[in-house]
Amino acid sequence: MPNFIMSFLDSKAAVTPGAAGNQFWALMYVLIIFAGVSVAVICMNWIERKALAHFQVRLGPMRVGPHGLLQPIADALKLMLKEDIIPAEADQFVFWVAPLIGLLAAFTVYTVIPFGPSQAVSDMNIGILFMLGVSSLGVLGIVVAGWASNSHYPLIGALRSSAQMVSYEVAMGLAVVSAILMTSLNTSGTGTLSMIGIVQAQQQQGIWFIFKFFPLGLIAFAIFAIAMVAEVNRAPFDLAEAESELTAGFHTEYSGLRWSLFMLAEYAAMIAVSSIAVTLWLGGWMRPFPNLLHAAAWDFIFSLFPGLTFGGLAAIALIGTARMPAHSFFKIQRAGLAVFAGLLGFIALLLLAIAVAGRSADASLAARFNEGIGYVYWFVLKVAVFMYLFIWYRATWPRYRFDQLMRVGWKVLLPISLGVLILTAVVGVIVS
Amino acid sequence: MNPAINSALNAGMAPVATPWFFYALAGLAVASGLAVITRRNAVHSALALIVTLLSVAGLYLMLYAPFVAGVQIIVYAGGIMVLFLFVIMLVNLERSAKDRQFNRIWPVGLAAACALLALFVSVIVKGRALLNDPMTGKALWPDPVKKLAESSNTQQIANMLYGEAGKIGEYTFAFEIASLLLLVAILGAVIMTKKKI
Repeated sequence: MPNFIMSFLDSKAAVTPGAAGNQFWALMYVLIIFAGVSVAVICMNWIERKALAHFQVRLGPMRVGPHGLLQPIADALKLMLKEDIIPAEADQFVFWVAPLIGLLAAFTVYTVIPFGPSQAVSDMNIGILFMLGVSSLGVLGIVVAGWASNSHYPLIGALRSSAQMVSYEVAMGLAVVSAILMTSLNTSGTGTLSMIGIVQAQQQQGIWFIFKFFPLGLIAFAIFAIAMVAEVNRAPFDLAEAESELTAGFHTEYSGLRWSLFMLAEYAAMIAVSSIAVTLWLGGWMRPFPNLLHAAAWDFIFSLFPGLTFGGLAAIALIGTARMPAHSFFKIQRAGLAVFAGLLGFIALLLLAIAVAGRSADASLAARFNEGIGYVYWFVLKVAVFMYLFIWYRATWPRYRFDQLMRVGWKVLLPISLGVLILTAVVGVIVS
Repeated sequence: MNPAINSALNAGMAPVATPWFFYALAGLAVASGLAVITRRNAVHSALALIVTLLSVAGLYLMLYAPFVAGVQIIVYAGGIMVLFLFVIMLVNLERSAKDRQFNRIWPVGLAAACALLALFVSVIVKGRALLNDPMTGKALWPDPVKKLAESSNTQQIANMLYGEAGKIGEYTFAFEIASLLLLVAILGAVIMTKKKI
């Protein structure tokens, strides 16, 4: 078995475990991604509550842990211990299976998300098609949940959700196609659907597709950025769970663990669609300006960023420790926050040490670790920007009315995305 | 193609797609297909149909046709079945589930299905002998090619549909006719539902 493990680590060729046919490492990657996404959802839960609170000049959760840091864990425990009610008139089996459909669809797409040129479970030839297809299965979970509840509000929520997702998928798909067209502008003349291939195409052409054929790439990206919010049922397109109209929409009858599965699926789907946007238009795992600032010194400076980020977080936690009120009630909280700051500082030092040890571009283990950390860091950072945007939208924009939503989808986004697609093809033919 | 994949293949690494997957997927497809026609509740039938479509997509994957599998998922499981459910949920199910299922033509259906099965079996059994033409080299059942075709499946389909390097593809005409047919169907649906254009 150790031989089996080392065979992948030692290989000089950068391939995904799926392409190398290495089942052990494919499984490890799946487990790492599953754990990582779950942790990201927990963090996102805390950040969203705090950010929303600060948008509204409130404090948000403050009681459980310093600045409510342990609130998501308390929430998760509460949801697990809560009674799981299945309404008597509900369709038992379908009610039970609906959250699982959404969860499966949300997590399956992570197999092809490229965190780096070899940092993905597998590189599929049909990568982006697979992602769009499987993420479109997520709507089945919502529709079926609304129907199985055997209640009016969930049913209306489910109907709204299915109509909305089917409508916005069209504009979204056309925007994606215009990005795929851009991948074919190379010497061989054939594009690619593979997620890793799309980023490599941006690398070869030396430009992120958001800036390609300005402003065509930007418009396609904007259409995708709007449609993806509708696709994951987030504000201002959260009509499927509009609480002022439908109490909670499709998950009104759900409680406890099953309800939390819906939440997990929603946040996992948010991260997944953000990853599509990052991969297609924002250069995926590439650091900023790899073509202009390509000297070895620049490589080293950019490889310090992950360590510095964690250092900054540690500094914030330290400031929080120092500013904690000097009352004896806060003794445990202060100690806990200090330990947290120490942990973050340790991670920062570790990352900086790897960056320093791996700065030479040879094939040593440290250099390869350094490279991999850089890829994952920049990808996650870009996705994190989108995740913050989701919170920002929710805090600032009022909800659309359903007819407005349909009008925007069919009469604004669809024609624009069709036009962008045709213009991209025309400009691409002229240029090549 | 990725050189690492080639070396992995040359090293004799076994493909993941083993017969076990085929029997599991085929069994799932048949079982859920039976569920589609035996459930009284239309939503249950639709859900079973989704399982059938997904397992057929898995079978396409095993045939090294990932593009077809992806399109199967995105169009049928993700698009058409959502609209199916959308319509079914608007129908009053309680009454229709209690109603006598309204057709007595199942013997005819059974006969038709058996005829289709017989056709499939006969094509599979006799096809290789009858349709292998040594003169043109064209064959309905060409010998299995031992290569990893999935890495260029999308490009191969594009070449067949649209043609490569200035030539018209083998199926360009049929493809365009089919798309025109679909366009007519869409226009017809719009005209039939809209009172005033």
